[in-house]
Amino acid sequence: MFGAGGGTSSYLEAEEADVIVLWGSNAREAHPIYFHHVLRGLRNGAKFYVVDPRRTTSAQWADLWLGLDVGSDICLANAIGREIIHAGLVNHEFVSRATANFDAYVEAVEPYTLERAERETLVPAQAISELAHAYAQADRAQLCWTLGITEHHNATDNVFALINLALLTGHVGRWGSGLVPLRGQNNVQGGGDMGALPNKLPGFQDVVTNLDARERFERTWGVPIPAQAGWHLSLMFEAMERKELTTAYILGENPLRSEADTDRAERLLGGLEHLVVQDIFLTDTARLAEVVLPGTASWCEAEGTVTSSERRVQRVRRALEPPEGARDDIEIICELARRLGTDWGHPTAQEVWDELRSLSPIHAGMSYPRLEQLGGLQWPCRDESDPGSPFLHGRLWEEDPELRGPAAPFTPVVAEGPLDSLNEEYPIRLTTGRRLDSFNTGVQSSHYQTPIRRPEALNLSPEDMARLGLQDGDLVRVASRRGSVRAPVQTDAGLRPGLAFMTLHFPEQVATNRLTLDAWDPLSGTAEFKATAIRVEPVSPAPPLDALQPVRSTS
Amino acid sequence: MDLRLGLAGPPTDGEKAAVDSVLGDPESGWDGGTRTQRDGHMAVGGHQARGRRHLLLPALESLQERTGWVSPSGLDYLCTRLSVPPAEAYGVAAFYSLLRTDPSPPTVVHVCDDVVCLSQGAEDLCREMEARFGAEGRLDPETGVGWTRSPCLGRCEQGSAALLQRSSGPNGRTSLAPASADAIAALLGGTDPEWLPAAPVRTPPEQRRLLRRVGRVNPASLDSYRAWGGYQALRAALRMGPSAVVEELKRARLMGRGGAAFPTGAKWEAVAANPLRPHFFVCNADESEPGTFKDRVLLEQDPFAVLEALTIAGLATGSERGYVYIRGEYPEAAAGVARAVAEARRHGFLGPSVMGSDFNFEVEVREGAGAYIAGEETALFNSIEGKRPEPRNKPPFPTQAGLFGRPTGINNVETLVNVLEILTVGGEGYAQLGTSGSTGTRLFCVSGCVQAPGLYELEFGATLAQLLELAGGVPPGRSLRAVLLGGAAGSFVGPQDLGIRLTFEDTRAIGASLGSGVVLVLDDTVDLGAILRRLARFFRDESCGQCVPCRVGTVRQEELLARLSAGRTIGSVQAELQLLREIGAAMRDSSICGLGQTAATAIESAVRLGLLGGLEGSV
Amino acid sequence: MNGHRVALAAPRRLLTLTIDGREVKVPEGSTLLQACRQVGIDTPTLCYLENLTPVNVCRVCVVELEGSRTLVPACSRKAENGMVVSSDSERVRASRKLVLEFLASSVDLSLCAPEVSAWMSRYGADPARFGSPEPGNVDRDRTRPGEHSPVSQDGAATVAQPPKLDNDTYVRDYSRCILCYKCVEACGSDAQNTFAIAVAGRGFEARISTEFDVGLPDSACVYCGNCIGVCPTGALMFKSEFEMRQAGTWAPERQSVTTTICPYCGVGCNLELHVQDNSIVKVTSPLDHDVTLGHLCVKGRFGYRFVQSRE
Repeated sequence: MFGAGGGTSSYLEAEEADVIVLWGSNAREAHPIYFHHVLRGLRNGAKFYVVDPRRTTSAQWADLWLGLDVGSDICLANAIGREIIHAGLVNHEFVSRATANFDAYVEAVEPYTLERAERETLVPAQAISELAHAYAQADRAQLCWTLGITEHHNATDNVFALINLALLTGHVGRWGSGLVPLRGQNNVQGGGDMGALPNKLPGFQDVVTNLDARERFERTWGVPIPAQAGWHLSLMFEAMERKELTTAYILGENPLRSEADTDRAERLLGGLEHLVVQDIFLTDTARLAEVVLPGTASWCEAEGTVTSSERRVQRVRRALEPPEGARDDIEIICELARRLGTDWGHPTAQEVWDELRSLSPIHAGMSYPRLEQLGGLQWPCRDESDPGSPFLHGRLWEEDPELRGPAAPFTPVVAEGPLDSLNEEYPIRLTTGRRLDSFNTGVQSSHYQTPIRRPEALNLSPEDMARLGLQDGDLVRVASRRGSVRAPVQTDAGLRPGLAFMTLHFPEQVATNRLTLDAWDPLSGTAEFKATAIRVEPVSPAPPLDALQPVRSTS
Repeated sequence: MDLRLGLAGPPTDGEKAAVDSVLGDPESGWDGGTRTQRDGHMAVGGHQARGRRHLLLPALESLQERTGWVSPSGLDYLCTRLSVPPAEAYGVAAFYSLLRTDPSPPTVVHVCDDVVCLSQGAEDLCREMEARFGAEGRLDPETGVGWTRSPCLGRCEQGSAALLQRSSGPNGRTSLAPASADAIAALLGGTDPEWLPAAPVRTPPEQRRLLRRVGRVNPASLDSYRAWGGYQALRAALRMGPSAVVEELKRARLMGRGGAAFPTGAKWEAVAANPLRPHFFVCNADESEPGTFKDRVLLEQDPFAVLEALTIAGLATGSERGYVYIRGEYPEAAAGVARAVAEARRHGFLGPSVMGSDFNFEVEVREGAGAYIAGEETALFNSIEGKRPEPRNKPPFPTQAGLFGRPTGINNVETLVNVLEILTVGGEGYAQLGTSGSTGTRLFCVSGCVQAPGLYELEFGATLAQLLELAGGVPPGRSLRAVLLGGAAGSFVGPQDLGIRLTFEDTRAIGASLGSGVVLVLDDTVDLGAILRRLARFFRDESCGQCVPCRVGTVRQEELLARLSAGRTIGSVQAELQLLREIGAAMRDSSICGLGQTAATAIESAVRLGLLGGLEGSV
Repeated sequence: MNGHRVALAAPRRLLTLTIDGREVKVPEGSTLLQACRQVGIDTPTLCYLENLTPVNVCRVCVVELEGSRTLVPACSRKAENGMVVSSDSERVRASRKLVLEFLASSVDLSLCAPEVSAWMSRYGADPARFGSPEPGNVDRDRTRPGEHSPVSQDGAATVAQPPKLDNDTYVRDYSRCILCYKCVEACGSDAQNTFAIAVAGRGFEARISTEFDVGLPDSACVYCGNCIGVCPTGALMFKSEFEMRQAGTWAPERQSVTTTICPYCGVGCNLELHVQDNSIVKVTSPLDHDVTLGHLCVKGRFGYRFVQSRE
């Protein structure tokens, strides 16, 4: 945000906030221990708002749940912004001193009246207004989101719409007030930290514009670095389509199952000239590969670091001997380099990390001994006396313009619904998400079971179940414009008529991503997993499915 | 909250009605009502939903009263409506002996076999019950009637007592005293008594102060109450203002009558002075100490007096809401007080601008559901809040963090009614009654082996002998063995102690206490061993189970008495008595609340007096 | 390993009190237990844990406070200026001894931490004084409140009962339960807020229970294992540990503990991997790390198995 790709707050801030807004996130199930901090905040008296099409387990804790129509986030956010402006609740001191482009924002949100928002988001105007007033009037407010915001074709606009609200109210850059994008995997943040982004060097240093940084890397590595952004995953897939990209080296990912529009992913990955997969499992993607490199489980068979959603870098450690034949990722990469003609020696994880510290200023102060002693450090941490940064952008509150630095700009955005539109043929909106006990495509989570594990099912509202004459466990055919799958159905009172829900956890059982759309956001490259138009057809005769537990109803 | 609900199936119409009668109709599909389109796009919950937890016990009681038990589907519906986790709601329901979480017969009779009734032949009644209704405690839903033994039902002056609990017909709970199997059968046959027999108040009218109106005023009539001088004290209080009321109390040197004898004025002053708002005031009418019935008499026969005193307390402490928490075994008292509240509100003695002043005060009547421990002040707060009535550790004290965590005043019924007297005669006038350490009058619940059991109001300073003489002494031809003074948490005194003055200071000096005013007289016809074992059983049955010394200590104490009475001691009798002392010391020293701290007091005093047959002089 | 909390609290006043004749200075807000520990006085605790709200129910930490009628629980009593405390007076020793005897005579303490038997011998606790242990009441879970269990004339009542084996993840052996409330707190408002279990019944028949004693799979349980993480007596146990113990293969002396980060979502929970014979046998989390405070979710607790499922 404003230059660095990480959340601005610490988890602990949720415990001391007056208002917590969870937008497009079911943290109760997807980030359960973060939600513990939220719950402590609620016990301390915080008001809690959840914006989500489904009344999720998180939403059931909310003082107010706003059940918006899938993909209408920008309309809702803009209407909240407009209401804050019209109610005279803008933090003008902050806006005038620390932001830019305010007038353009005011103009851009003016059309988003509460009435229009109620029409387009379907959330009652009174609820929108209540959230706007509570957020603006809070002394300290946390605004958190996850994939409900980012798994849309216009993900970046969605994020800007939320950032605008924080700028409008001054809810950023202070302890207790901030923006919290929760990361879905244990080192998504660390991947970004380390430069696994097409346009960044490690430490979020722009490969095109940051000449100093590029020079530093070139000097240290002794090779020229192309001054141009690379491809993100969606662009790579397009390049595969054009046969420009013919070889891929995939580490620890299962794109065949995790990408939207499975049929297309299968065709493209299968059509590569050469595919190398490095993973701890022989995943479905690995089965397509020419070469499979068995890696180690980085979190328990190797040394290293990961970075969490609060920018905290923490150590992972080797607790287990890896199975025979599996090799440390560093060792594999160095061996690959050696065979390609460069000898990098046999560096330890700590040596690799120390090189990173020498090149990435925000990590410079994070020595292994300090990470050990302090239970992790939050970047930026610029030298070994720096305690790290529990929150970002405190500079925006500085009196001195020098210290305050560049203004944070408002980015006006325009509402735009999902690309996969509903019509008579595809009348139901399918959205996706996680369940508490499962994870992504199940590569990790399918190896254990507790009594809460349930097989995949298409969740439908009680009204749709009745309308379609379905009982829990009946089999249906779910069809989208791209493909179809068969799945049992299950009633979920957290859904309203016309809204359906599935996970991606059990691709062997139900390949949900055969239905989803691979339309992607041009800036982040994220695909629109959250908004698919589907049709549900009972399959007769319906074979009864065993072991289906009734879904949790709501309180 | 993300509760797991719906597994128990939908509620029956009866269960729904029982819950809705307390909570009102559901406000949305999320609240147990019909789903609307709006419910698909917003839901209100969170703090607001969780804020209604205090309605849990009244709703559980409603389920019990209307459907005969707290069923899984009924509980599930209640939990949906209140956002209470089912496990917690079950934990609450499974605490109270008047709530049942298994199917049970439509009628359950609770027969008192506690110390007073036991000394009056309760075992004979239990044998009759068994002959007529089958084994005790076998609550088979297929049979029409089941029965259980019960701790004291607070009708000790009337001989044997029973409480009927019915889930069909117009009457839920009904008290019966004197109880016999025939009378119970008649009651079940449909002949409900019009009104309970008046409690024998033995003090002559001209000597009564707290009991002035009892038996003479019409308890259902506000006019009657006012004709007897009602609401003059409140008028005076409104004129004087809160701090002057507290000053009068301090001048009167009024001490609490609940057992702890804490200065009432100081308590009220501490609440009034606390800056945290709002404040609450609770009238503790959970009178459950075995042998105690005085508060019941006041509640049943002079309910407006209790309300007037509570209103004055609310005024003096800056409270905006008062609660009268009445034990579930007193259904008639609860109904009478509830009627009085409605009547007082209708006539401007409660509600906004009380008696035309700028003081607003509301009163809620809450009923217990069968738990002695709920009379402990902090347990009582938990009970009102919809939690298990487990006592809290102190500090903090109620004046700092009481009901809903707010500064709270709490007094029992008798203490409060004294306030009317104080404001009538003035603090100094009141302080002239009694002794220097014990001002005013005291109510004594005289029961057991006396010719005239009943309620006596005496000025502090009278001796035990004088009180027994007023009560006619033990029946001719028998001799006094011991008197249990103060209730189960009190102690035994012997014939040699009859000269003691019944004051706080004199009883304290001999290691006894007035407790709740119980004077249970036992003569040589009574099996004292059985009385002691019943006391031990009482504490075991009524322990909340929270702290180890009380939860296990009360069991070990009961086992030890059983061994002694059966002559099956482990080692010598001396060793057993030593162990009994150690158990008692641990309970007294390290239990959380007064129940555990006093669970050994009476038994130890009995040992000291040599009341354990054959063990005289062994201590 | 410590998490660091950067928001600085206001500096706290120092209080001075006397414990066992020694002057002790502690910051305002400290408990007597913290004060005792600060000067190295070993104070037994069973229901106390750093990451839970003190419930002060076990009463094994009681100390004598001058001016107080009864002993006070060190774990929750706040220190005040001028307090005079004895942690080893005769009254304290007698109460601690009896409390330990009460527990040991009614509950199976054999899987407790070794300190418990050390305390037993320190205070000379002899649970056999109350007679031989009675078999438990098989209908404990259905006891009505206030219903009187017949009293034995020979032995000491116990909470003995068969373990509850109603799922493949947890074992609940309430014959080992001292009713310390820790599991209820961890399942409830101190951490997980799932409230699958609560205390039901009362007195000696008080017990940890789901609603209507339904099995865990029918309860709200989400298998986070936080109740097991705080259980001090082995009443709650992972099925895997239970089975290894039954097979005689559970060998804590051969186990190493390594702290690492959970491989699932991006919260970054610290995991302590307990490894025996190159196999993860249990997962816990450090109580003092401010991300987890010792609590995990079902994935962190059980999701490790995939690394052991490779061919």
